[in-house]
Amino acid sequence: MLENLIIFVLASFIGFEVISKVPQTLHTPLMSGTNAISGITMVGALVVAGMVGGVWAKWIGFAALIVATINVVGGFMVTDRMLQMFKKKEPPARLEAASEAGTPTSSPSSLSQTAS
Amino acid sequence: MTSSLIDLAYLVAAALFIIGMKRLQSPATARRGNQLAAGGMLLAVVATLFLHPILTPVEMIAGLVIGGGIGLVLARRVEMTAMPELVAAFNGFGGLASALVAGAEVARYLPGPDGVTTAAVQAAPPDPLTAATAVTVVLSILIGAVTFSGSFVAFGKLKGVLSGNPVLFPGMRLLTLLLALGALGAMGVFVAGTPDFPAEVDPVVIGGLVLFGLALILGVLLVIPIGGADMPVVVALLNSYSGLAAAATGFVLDNTALIVSGALVGASGLILTNIMCEAMNRSLLNVLLGGFGGDAAAGAAGPAASAEGKTVNATTAEDAAILLSYAQKVIIVPGYGMAVAQAQHAVRELADLLAEKGVTVKYAIHPVAGRMPGHMNVLLAEANVPYDQLYEMDEINGEFDTTDVSLVIGANDVVNPAARHDTSSPIYGMPILNVDRSKTVIILKRSMRPGYSGVENELFFAPNTRMLFGDAKESITRLIAEVKAL
Repeated sequence: MLENLIIFVLASFIGFEVISKVPQTLHTPLMSGTNAISGITMVGALVVAGMVGGVWAKWIGFAALIVATINVVGGFMVTDRMLQMFKKKEPPARLEAASEAGTPTSSPSSLSQTAS
Repeated sequence: MTSSLIDLAYLVAAALFIIGMKRLQSPATARRGNQLAAGGMLLAVVATLFLHPILTPVEMIAGLVIGGGIGLVLARRVEMTAMPELVAAFNGFGGLASALVAGAEVARYLPGPDGVTTAAVQAAPPDPLTAATAVTVVLSILIGAVTFSGSFVAFGKLKGVLSGNPVLFPGMRLLTLLLALGALGAMGVFVAGTPDFPAEVDPVVIGGLVLFGLALILGVLLVIPIGGADMPVVVALLNSYSGLAAAATGFVLDNTALIVSGALVGASGLILTNIMCEAMNRSLLNVLLGGFGGDAAAGAAGPAASAEGKTVNATTAEDAAILLSYAQKVIIVPGYGMAVAQAQHAVRELADLLAEKGVTVKYAIHPVAGRMPGHMNVLLAEANVPYDQLYEMDEINGEFDTTDVSLVIGANDVVNPAARHDTSSPIYGMPILNVDRSKTVIILKRSMRPGYSGVENELFFAPNTRMLFGDAKESITRLIAEVKAL
């Protein structure tokens, strides 16, 4: 227990240190990304639901697994979708970035050229 | 051997989370960072699946597929303007998962619904619950359930299903207090019942269920009194809670990966909460007590009467287009109104047109503009606005003196000069964007209704202000047409 508490406190310090330098422009992806990380509970769900034979534990754990997986997969995917939209000025050289962005970002690419 | 391999995998996963979050310090490396963090998660899950003795692999894979599929669809379908709701919903799922895992940890001692203990449990009876574990279990349930119901109330408010106004009723605070005491009592019953637990199940099971129920109601009561404009704080705080819930679950399961990740997320949410509070010059307590803004405040406002008799300069798209086209420097100030009207693409088009005419265009983003931290930045990024044209409040506030036109799109309280000098104003002391110092201010707004703080905005009556009434997107489309016609 004490060991865990030490880990918790030290990890919190690292978190404060790393996150306080994230610029305002990335605060939404930061939230959804860390949110996905908090879905690490899915590991816990796998452990409880998968390891023991109790019927209640299995089904409660199964429900936990589903909601945690929604959180993890959805969170990382949506963060990725947001982050691929953040571009510096002059993007024309990076064609692969534009073609990867199959989603709504691709349409105004003509505009980005008029800007430059 | 296997167990140290798992621990090693968790350590690598935790390291990947930290490196991934570090890369979020710059938009150029952020996407890679998120992918690294996702890789860390995959590693942790795969290690657990293959190295732990999993009894029911089929169910587990099914769970992963179902959850993953739902997550995938939600993430793909969501409109960028709906991002705050989605983040709130995911947050809620995370909280619920933590509470459920803690519950399942207790439930594994119980016989099945038919009263029979399964063979597997008989073969390997779990270790007895210690008091320390019991404390972490109740904390997981409490924090997880509050996060769950609170996040979904926030979801409802952001989506507009629930009223964005603060909801308060007589005796609400007392009720919240009583429920909190009740939850404490249930926690006490649970912990006190653990020494005789597997033999005597009732105190623990009933204590746990009552706690879960009370925590759900508490989550609702904690968020409904908070107004729509304060949602950035709430979403950030709930984000922090979901991390703490995961960490508490880590204590329950003695699992380092959960503790480390939970602590990281808890810290991140707290930092964001703090930044949001500072940007509104209000304490966290003041935000959480709620009741700020909305119709009630607007109705009761005495000072609003002082606004009467002042004149508002309404303008037309044609005149505004001339002002913009012949300016040297234009600063665009977006707010929640731009999100509601989905005007970000039109804004970008207008900015490009002006840039073609040789106008310098910059964007000024207030930290609490919109409904979640960084909301405006994401919308403008969606419209392909390069992030180096977006400026934070402190970077750009000195530039308004040399700006010809400030174009305020659906922002209100964050540009209200009363925050600087009117000590009686509820938003006094809040740092604002000094748009009133620019030569001309053009404000795109649907009507003269006050912002979410319910405060009259004196900027609307300033001699250098022009009001362009109408839906933000339609107004900008008209502006584009007029600028083109010039």
